[in-house]
Order: sequence, then C-alpha cells, then structure tokens
Amino acid sequence: MSGAEFVPLSLPPLLIGIFAAIACALPGNFLVLRRQALIGDAISHVVLPGIVVAFLVTGIVATWPMMLGAAGAAVIAVVLIELIRRLGRIEPGAAMGVVFTSMFAAGVLLLEQSDTSTVHLDVEHALYGNLESLIWLDATGWASLVDAEALRNLPAELPRMAITLVVVAIFIAVFWRPLKLSTFDEGFARTLGIRTDLLGLALVITAAVAAVAAFDAVGSIIVIAMFICPPAAARLMTNRLEHQIAWSVLFATASAVIGYVLAGYGPLWLGGQDAVSAAGMIATVSGLILALAALFGPCRTRNGAPQQG
Amino acid sequence: MSIELIASQGTVATPDRPTDSPLAIRGLTVSYGQKPAVFSVDMTVQPGAMTAIIGPNGAGKSTLLKAALGIVRPLSGQVQVFGAPLARQRARIAYVPQRASIDWDFPTRVIDVVLMGLYRQLGLLRRIRGVHRDRALTCLDRVGMRDFADRQIGQLSGGQQQRVFLARALAQDADLYLLDEPFAGVDAATEKAIIGVLKSLRAEGKTVVVVHHDLATVRDYFDNVFLINTSKVAEGPVSTAFTSETLQATYGGRLATVQVDQLAATALA
Repeated sequence: MSGAEFVPLSLPPLLIGIFAAIACALPGNFLVLRRQALIGDAISHVVLPGIVVAFLVTGIVATWPMMLGAAGAAVIAVVLIELIRRLGRIEPGAAMGVVFTSMFAAGVLLLEQSDTSTVHLDVEHALYGNLESLIWLDATGWASLVDAEALRNLPAELPRMAITLVVVAIFIAVFWRPLKLSTFDEGFARTLGIRTDLLGLALVITAAVAAVAAFDAVGSIIVIAMFICPPAAARLMTNRLEHQIAWSVLFATASAVIGYVLAGYGPLWLGGQDAVSAAGMIATVSGLILALAALFGPCRTRNGAPQQG
Repeated sequence: MSIELIASQGTVATPDRPTDSPLAIRGLTVSYGQKPAVFSVDMTVQPGAMTAIIGPNGAGKSTLLKAALGIVRPLSGQVQVFGAPLARQRARIAYVPQRASIDWDFPTRVIDVVLMGLYRQLGLLRRIRGVHRDRALTCLDRVGMRDFADRQIGQLSGGQQQRVFLARALAQDADLYLLDEPFAGVDAATEKAIIGVLKSLRAEGKTVVVVHHDLATVRDYFDNVFLINTSKVAEGPVSTAFTSETLQATYGGRLATVQVDQLAATALA
C-alpha cells in the first residue's frame, strides 16, 4: 500500500486503535490483579445516562459535553460502587452489578423520555465506535506528517487519545510502587502510610478516563476487551509485574494492528465482499491471544485466590 | 493531582523518654458490624521484650494489631508509638501480615518483596540501586532464603513465604516489630529460624509483638503475654499473667480443663 493511500485512510485509525488499546490495558493490569476487571464493563454501561444528560443540558450533539457527561457518570458510578461495597459489606462484583445495571436502565429511560429521537445516539455506535471513519482527508502521503497545515485537520480523536495515553502512563509510572504494593499487600501498604483507599479510587478513575476517551473513538467493545485480555494474557507469560506490563502493551498493540488489518482485508482474503468492524475484530484478536496464552503461556500455574483474612 | 497518596517522608524523630512504651493503647474499640471485635482495650508493651498476644479464634488478636497499625479504623481509642502518634512513627514500625491474607499468585519475585520493605525510604521515584539490593539480600540471608531471591513467591512453601515476609520486615530496620501469626502453618525448621531471628532482634534492644496461637510454646518463646477475648483478660510477664486462671478466663469452656492444667503446669514449672 502506498503512503498516499495508507497515511490518510489507515494510519489515523490504526494509531487511535493502538493508543486506545494501550491506554486501557495499562490500568487493566492492576484491575485484573485486584480482581476488579469487570469495572471496564461497568463503566461502559454507566456512561449512557451521562451522555444523555449532557445532551439534555446542552441540546447539541458535541464531543466535549458528552465526554464530560460520560466522565461524570463514570466517577459517580465508581463512588457509588465503593459506597455500596463498604456500607453493604458485600463483594465488589455485586456492588458493580447493582450500580451499572441501574445506571444503564436510568440512561435508557432518560433517552426514551427525552426528545432525542431526532438525534443519532444509537447502540451500534456505542458498541463498535467508528474507527474506520476516522480518516485524515488532508493527508496526501508520508510528507503530510510534517505538514502543519495538514496536521491541523487530523481527526480530533487522535490527539485526544494520545493525550489520554500519556496521562494514564504518567499516573502508572509515578504511583508505580504504591500501586504495586497496595495491590499485593494492602495491609502492609497502609502501615507505610499509603492511602490505599484514595489510591484505589484514583486507579479506577484513571481507568474511567481511559475508557471514556476510548469509547468516543472506538466504542465500548474494545474498552471491555482491552481492560482484561492483554493484561490477563501478559500475566500468563511472566512472573514479574514489570514484565507483565511490557507484555500487555505488546499484546494490546498486536491486537490493534492485527485486528485492524484482518477486519479490512480478512473477508477479501476469504473471498468475501465487505470489510468487518475493526473494533469487533480487534477485540476478537485480543481474545484469541488470551486463549493462546492460556494454552501455551509459560506461567500458567496458580495457587488460587487467597482466603479472606 | 493534589491527592496526597503517601504520607510525608522524613519525619522528625522524637527523642524517647524512658517512660514511653513502644506501643501504648488506650480504650481501643473496633467493630466490623454490630458486635465489637475488640472492646475497650488498654495495652502497654514493654520495650526490648517479646510479647505474645494470645486468645481464642475470633477473639480480636489480629484486629487489635491491625488497629494499632492503622490498617483498620477503630471506633474509639488512642494508639501511641514510642510516645508519639502513630502517623509520626511509621518509620519505626515493621509489620508481618498473616500469610493467608496475601495473594501469592501476584507476579513478583522474592527479592522484590523484600525491597518493598525499603519503599518508605525510596519514596515514589528514587531508583533501586545496588546498595538497596545488597541490603535486601542480607535480610534474606538472615532468614536463610538468599538462594531463593529470584524465585516467584508462589513457588515457595508456606514456611519459606513466611521467612520472606520476615526478611521484608528486617529490611524496614524498625524499632518495633509486629507479627501476625508468623508460626501458623509453617514447618519446624522455619519456626526455629523465625524464633532465632526474633530473639536476635530482642538482643539488639528491639521490641517484638507476636499474635500467637500455640499455647505450648509461649513459655519458651516469650517474656510477656497479653490475653484477649474481645476485652483484655490479662497482661504481664509470662510467670504471673500466663496462669491456669487467666487461660480459663480467656478461653472459657473452649479449652479443656485438663489442657489448661497442663499448660499452667508448664507455665509454672
């Protein structure tokens, strides 16, 4: 494929897919080890009321109000989950289940009751995003990458996703030791003076930020898959957290690239006519990588969950 | 982000007065539900001695320790460490949690766990250097686990895991060592190694407090006992506080009288 075709049509969606995958996989490592992996699923449901409320308040379909609404709903959900878990003394999975189903239901109700029928807020968009449509029409070839005029018209999702990835990576890097310690041994972490409750909240909020930014670009299916599949597969490849993070970034990138290429060309290679959803294919590839790691990964032995003590 | 996730480093050391107990607890009550797990407990730990916290299952032994360390929040009560509030004395405390409360599948090596004992000193971003690694290896040596430094923690036996946790506490280089059931489910060799290290800590003038479940070894291992069954039953030197009366009062009907008499006999021997 020539640069004239690749740069405008494939490079932006590919990069957005890679950035989104890594931004979700990084906090996903800690969520998986903390047995909170389903929080990605929860966030993807709770953003609906946030988006609808943002639309009702502003009356327009615009990215920023909707992202703010989604982020607000995600944070409210995270706080509610923590609250229910502590006050009700129940396991986190149950608290998440209660919160995300009710908030999703509230979102559906709001959508039904409000005058949004003329607006394009549909399920398919929310699930699969619109990765393939994030093209860069101003680009004419590789030279456009250093052309300030052309760069100005990059799809807005690309810089947004890149910034999100940087923020997530900085959070993980700066709080690496407290995150690692409080995930492994919370009691010990507290004796050092680490505020493990605030840190846990900060981790989930970081995950929510990554999720909301990624939804907008690539839909919730990638978000849910990337929080779980690359980190879980990475865990099966190594017994060191540092290496697990590196493997998860590699797997997330591989899923995005292989998934994007397969979605575009796979059906043609098989004699079919149309391309399939890139987001769906990326998520599928990440699942296949996890399956392969679960079958052949070198570090598959486990002792099982610890006792509650 | 303005959230303070880590308490400030480099606290000003307060000079100890001779009257300052390494751990003084007043009126401590902790509750997980309606029923208190620990009720109105006073405790004064003697410096430079080994103290066992003893009581039946569910008597609040671990909870007392966790509240003293600020891991669980008490309903009421005060904790003073070397005469100052806990928050200012964290650098002087080392802690060994219950082995069963840990996820041993966590992807980390033995040496990484011991290095966690240096996290307070390292802060968020300071690099781990050769000197830190050497210190961790020295601590592993002291518990006889140096050869296992590069193993994944899940590959160790229970006794080996317990020794690694003790090595991490040694790396903390504290004045007060708090251990939660360090002898639970470990082999005889590990028990011997652990008690050897604890006795050497005492010889260095450190204070050691252990949640302990094996009544038969209390007299051999410890100087003082603290008997608890939600409320405090007795506290003091083994010779005066570890008697058939105090044991009966602590364990009630749960400990057969014969057993109590036997233990008391060993206690008084």
